[in-house]
Amino acid sequence: MAESELLAEQFDDLAQQEETCTVGMWTFLSTEVVFFGGLFTAYIVYRSTYPEAFAEGSHHSDLLLGTVNTAVLLTSSLTMALSVHAAREGRRKALTIFLGLTLILGVAFLALKGIEYSEHISEHFLPGRNLKRGLPHGTELFFLLYFVMTGLHAIHLLIGCGVLVVLLWLARNSRFSARYYTPVEVSALYWHFVDLVWVFLYPMFYLIHG
Amino acid sequence: MVQISKKTYFGTWTALLVLLFATCFFSRLDLKAFNTPIAMGIAFLKMVLIILFFMHMRYSRRLLWVFVCAGFLWLLIMIELTMSDYLTRGFSWSQ
Repeated sequence: MAESELLAEQFDDLAQQEETCTVGMWTFLSTEVVFFGGLFTAYIVYRSTYPEAFAEGSHHSDLLLGTVNTAVLLTSSLTMALSVHAAREGRRKALTIFLGLTLILGVAFLALKGIEYSEHISEHFLPGRNLKRGLPHGTELFFLLYFVMTGLHAIHLLIGCGVLVVLLWLARNSRFSARYYTPVEVSALYWHFVDLVWVFLYPMFYLIHG
Repeated sequence: MVQISKKTYFGTWTALLVLLFATCFFSRLDLKAFNTPIAMGIAFLKMVLIILFFMHMRYSRRLLWVFVCAGFLWLLIMIELTMSDYLTRGFSWSQ
């Protein structure tokens, strides 16, 4: 494809366009840090107020499922990084394979999360009228934060999966080359960020000792 | 941008998995006050690895570092100011 087709008119060249897109994505991710940050702050406030209740809540989390899911997500970050690597070398087939693998791992994560949610709900840990009786005061706050934070994370991952479908479609139509793969690069940044959020959610909800 | 070798990516991934099993292992031990700092320290290490290698920050221009650090800086300010309120409620000099 000719450079004029790939270049938006406000840019001088492809390198400048790529750098602008990267800075733009990081600006968005910075707002996401603060967006999730409000919930992280709420978590710190309530965990310091009700330490025993948070430890109690954490004991009802499925450590095995959580750990497997973390490994799945970390591996999906690897395959995403490898798809950027393939895109840079202009290897279309490898790019498609790695994007596909990333998508499969992302969906696997969501499926495992769904199993976990249904376990939690059937054991009456969803805050509300049916919340299990006799839990220490403050445990409902643990589960509220658990559902809101992991839910918000799952929505982000779902959006990431949608982005991957678009990338796969574009890759199959030969829209990327060694010279132009900015959408792959920028989407990878988003995917890694969603992984990053989970890296913190995992010790917060599965690993409290007490 | 420079091409980063596959070895770097696989190395980062291996380190991340090792850290994952380390954090899981340490959470099973009773280390009293050290459990939470260890878990959060390992999470922080994983974050640094992901940002530096998977997100290519190590190979990026310094301008981008400013954009990356800005969000985390404001998050720290938010947590710091909030906790300096909550943790000192009920505090009195006469105690």
